[in-house]
Amino acid sequence: MPNDKKLCKYLGPLCEKLDNCEHYQKFAKYRDKVLALNNDSLEKTISVALALCFVCAILVSFAAVALRPLQVENKAMDMKKNILEVAGLLQDDTDIHNAFAQQIEAKLVDVATGDYVDGDVVAYDQRKAAKDPALNVELSRGQDIAGIKRRAKIAKVYLVKDGDAIKSIILPVHGYGLWSTMYGFLALDADGQTVQSINFYDQAETPGLGGEVVNPNWRALWSGKKLYDESGQVALGLVKGVVDPAKPGAEYKVDGLAGATLTSVGVTNLVKYWMGQEGFAAYLDKIKTKG
Amino acid sequence: MSAVMNSETKKTLTDPLVNNNPITLQVLGICSALAVTSQMSTSLIMAVALTAVTACSSAAISSIRNHIPSSIRIIVQMTIIASLVIVVDQVLKAFAYEVSKQLSVFVGLIITNCIVMGRAEAYAMKNPPMASFIDGIGNGLGYSLILIIVAFFRELFGSGKLLGIDVFTLTKDGGWYDPNGLMLLPPSAFFIIGIIIWVFRQWKPDQNEVPDFKIMDIAHGEGGHH
Repeated sequence: MPNDKKLCKYLGPLCEKLDNCEHYQKFAKYRDKVLALNNDSLEKTISVALALCFVCAILVSFAAVALRPLQVENKAMDMKKNILEVAGLLQDDTDIHNAFAQQIEAKLVDVATGDYVDGDVVAYDQRKAAKDPALNVELSRGQDIAGIKRRAKIAKVYLVKDGDAIKSIILPVHGYGLWSTMYGFLALDADGQTVQSINFYDQAETPGLGGEVVNPNWRALWSGKKLYDESGQVALGLVKGVVDPAKPGAEYKVDGLAGATLTSVGVTNLVKYWMGQEGFAAYLDKIKTKG
Repeated sequence: MSAVMNSETKKTLTDPLVNNNPITLQVLGICSALAVTSQMSTSLIMAVALTAVTACSSAAISSIRNHIPSSIRIIVQMTIIASLVIVVDQVLKAFAYEVSKQLSVFVGLIITNCIVMGRAEAYAMKNPPMASFIDGIGNGLGYSLILIIVAFFRELFGSGKLLGIDVFTLTKDGGWYDPNGLMLLPPSAFFIIGIIIWVFRQWKPDQNEVPDFKIMDIAHGEGGHH
């Protein structure tokens, strides 16, 4: 067994234990027998296939399990960063965990009624809930202007508070663009009418065209825009070309993305859906009346 | 290592850069070359990921090459490559989360990149592990070279930037450069790769393929009538 001798150099005292182990002896005997077989015999084919699967499975599951905590941490951190960013609380040197814990309050909202509901805020995953038949509602074709097919009954919203007064309301929004469902947050003033900021943290639109939804210059155009017109309808949307701030109605219009008509339509639709009666209108009404 | 690096090893490493480039000569791995090259940063990470996978899978396959039954050899190669790609994907998600978000599905698609399979089948099945490892690195670098050239032109002319840093000021930000939207779309990579292949073959005419058949010259051919 030449292989074993080479191994012994590295394993040292462990080698003796292995040598005395009955199971290992059996295994080594079988291994040597298989290695000596003709490559194309049935037994060798099956043995090689099984052994390979075994080794690969161990490798893959080890990587997945060992790296899992880091990945979960990254994801949570990224989400907190997005929320702080849309709230305008993120600087280069911000300690994300502390800033989030001190300034942001997460709440669960029943989208249909607009009431807060109890539950484990930290563990609740709205994206997962949207896929769970027990926790979602199917949207009819007429309702589904954002192209999302179903939405979670309960949404996770974030509030930035200054004492008791609300400074910003951060609402999760998503909708279909050209290639992908774009997930983002819309931050509003406490009046539930004025936009503070928008960001998209998960999208796969064409880089440089529709992908410009993440461009800070374009996103800055949203600040100060109004959601609802006098009749209470969602009026905010993207228009082709550049908005002239002097013209009436400019507060309801944001520059469309050059060369990305369908992404622009997607953004308009997702604002219309999520701020409309199907979305957070009920919740925003309740916040407004409470003051 | 460099002291003992003989000319054979050096050739295995440097040949795939120009003389036997996987993209321009073997025309493999075009799919991902179209998909990830609109930005330099994603191209660089993709290049590193593919080089790592090609080298490690070639070495792994080569080390068991004498015991791979020929009837299941392709699936054995696939299993090894797929496992390595999953590991790379998990590592990126754990240590380079931002980048893994940008690359999204393309890391997983390394499995289907013909360069990895191609090198396993053409080289690693017949050569010892160390040589196969170096061959994998060489081919990964050859792929990387083309990827980075394509990404350089696409990012520069498509968005006026390099590695995310402004080089040309765009007209929409008050500058002079009006970006070429085509450069940001996948087909532009076809044009650029086409031009690179043409340049390579002008420079090294022996890379031209011999035509499968010759078109007959009508004036002198049989049955040519005027």
